Amino acid sequence: MSYAAGVDVGSTQTKTIIIDEHRRIVGRSLTDTGANVMRAAESAFQQALGDGGIREEEVEYVVGTGYGRYKVTFGNTQVTEISCHGRGAVHMFPRTRTVLDMGGQDTKAISVSQSGEIQDFCMNDKCAAGTGRFLDAASSALDIPLGDLGPTALRGERPVKISTTCTVFAESEVLSWLGKGKKIEDILLGVHESIATRSVGLLRRVGIHEEVTFTGGVARNVAMVETINRRIDGQVNVSEESHFIGALGAALFALDRILVSRTPAKAAEDTA
Amino acid sequence: MTGTEQTIIGRGNKDGARLFREWFDELNAAAEANRPAAYVFVMGSFAELLRAFDFPLVFPEINSLQTAVRRVAHEYLNEAEDYGYSPDICGYVKADVAVQLRGGKHPMGRIPKPAIAVYTNACNTYIKWAEIWERMYKIPTFVLDIPGTRLAGGQTWPGDTDFENDRRYVIGQLKELIALCEEVSGARFDIDRLRENMEHANAMSVAWKQLLDLNQARPSVFNALSDGTIFLGVANGFRGLREGAAYFEDLVEEMQFKAQRGIGTLTEERYRLIFVGVPCYPIFRRFNELFTESGGTFVNSTYLWFASGGSNVGFEYDLAHPIESLAEGVLIGVRDAMDSMFFQTKILIDMIDDYHADGVVYHPIKSCRTVSTGLADSRRDLMRRRDTATLFIESDMMDRRVVSEAQLKNRVDAFFEGLATRRRQAALGSARLST
Repeated sequence: MSYAAGVDVGSTQTKTIIIDEHRRIVGRSLTDTGANVMRAAESAFQQALGDGGIREEEVEYVVGTGYGRYKVTFGNTQVTEISCHGRGAVHMFPRTRTVLDMGGQDTKAISVSQSGEIQDFCMNDKCAAGTGRFLDAASSALDIPLGDLGPTALRGERPVKISTTCTVFAESEVLSWLGKGKKIEDILLGVHESIATRSVGLLRRVGIHEEVTFTGGVARNVAMVETINRRIDGQVNVSEESHFIGALGAALFALDRILVSRTPAKAAEDTA
Repeated sequence: MTGTEQTIIGRGNKDGARLFREWFDELNAAAEANRPAAYVFVMGSFAELLRAFDFPLVFPEINSLQTAVRRVAHEYLNEAEDYGYSPDICGYVKADVAVQLRGGKHPMGRIPKPAIAVYTNACNTYIKWAEIWERMYKIPTFVLDIPGTRLAGGQTWPGDTDFENDRRYVIGQLKELIALCEEVSGARFDIDRLRENMEHANAMSVAWKQLLDLNQARPSVFNALSDGTIFLGVANGFRGLREGAAYFEDLVEEMQFKAQRGIGTLTEERYRLIFVGVPCYPIFRRFNELFTESGGTFVNSTYLWFASGGSNVGFEYDLAHPIESLAEGVLIGVRDAMDSMFFQTKILIDMIDDYHADGVVYHPIKSCRTVSTGLADSRRDLMRRRDTATLFIESDMMDRRVVSEAQLKNRVDAFFEGLATRRRQAALGSARLST
């Protein structure tokens, strides 16, 4: 049995997925990226090998993705996380036609075909407002652990209006609402509403076609899921593995390469 | 490579660079001699007319982009911002303000002060920009008001009543401009000199059109973004001059030579692309490499239409009626730059077909609302009418603070992944059809 791996080096976390020839996930890992991107990639890969009880030489092909994809020096090739999230989302939810990926510094809206190929995409531009970093800022300003933000926000009833378009200024805006005596729950709900507005704006630019799958680390935030659902008047798909979907897509691309290389006719076709 | 190949291939880029240096040397000499210049813009420069009065021509847009290409734009932008200009104001304007504050000091030499500024309403910023010089130097400025096409959903052309009315309106303004130029320069207007300049402009326009058409060759004979920008500089700086006409005639010869022999650019051409917008000058070479590294080459660009001073339409002046014909040329050329925003989709679709393009890259920029505002609509319209891959990336033509190379690369790489998929699917589709 040989295996394929995808290593997704994101701005905050590095994720690795190893799959077998039947596309089953057999190993995974999640580590903080930190300052040494190359080491983070290597360490995440080794941890995933350990998790699956797989020897390194059994992994036939590795695809690197994410901002640090070119730092996956042991990888065979690189594929952008835009393609990987599209591929991974369709694998998880085969009826997916639109993907919303919300990570640490990027939010992407991706329109995909039935087979997971990218039709169109749109991303936030040179600013972390509307991304996971915005939640980090709120978490730090309110001194609430990241994991508690969603449940706390869900208790909000009258969301405040976060008007700033800058993550740095958002922190001071949050503090100013606190100073005005607003409830933390309402402030947090306002933060989620603000991010959701921006994200749904991106989705509209590529067109919202059912089904919509929400991927990336922020998809684990229950309040964000609910706010997005309300804004699009629908129900997004969310997987327990949402933060691994980019790595999964990369692993699927890696497996494609393995299979293509075993079929001479297909290989010729692919490179034509 | 044979002797002829060695002489002819790459000649356009070498000669273009030489002409550019000579042009700036002349500007430097004019500044040193305190010879005042005419400040003009690329969308309607009236070079043919202004050269008849021997004004050295200064294109502040070109001066500004040169600071970006030479990687010093940030120094000029910061200086203008320190002076009080907002970060949101056009980067070309701010770099020029800094050049003026530095007494004309520019990376390519000194730029002479203006004696007059002549421009059209093709861009609203032109008008506000020239007002800065007006206040700074107390010089006359002349806005040639070009009426936009009045026909809803269509364009008017010579012979149409609206067009002929507009021509009369422009002729009236040109006569006022001639009187002002006589006053500022102290020289009498000589219609035969205008005619001579127009003849050179005619030769350049014909060659420019031929040049663009030659890039339909596979592989393409020049990169519309990197090489094209050199050509564009000469097209503006040498419009109405014998050297300009000769340069483009030589360039056509070079490209014909390459096309006949199947010689392309340095890129191994896997994908033929069309560029919409203004280049990203702060990382000009790298920006182009983001595409060429994946086998993408730009076969045409809207920049080569709207910034070519009207040369792209291949219009030729009627030398028997210089003023009337100049008015016609200005109306057609400037409107083409303005109207291209409204009629862009049709032109792009024709271009995709004629140039066998695989994709269209839209590049709106922070600095320029004029060329960027309609691009999202244009892209949506194109995608509705044609199943062509498109990419929408944003940066700036001057300000590297809003240029994020990592983000650009991510989007460009994903675009090429999409192009590869499309090609694979198309190949599989034809294989299925043939079995």
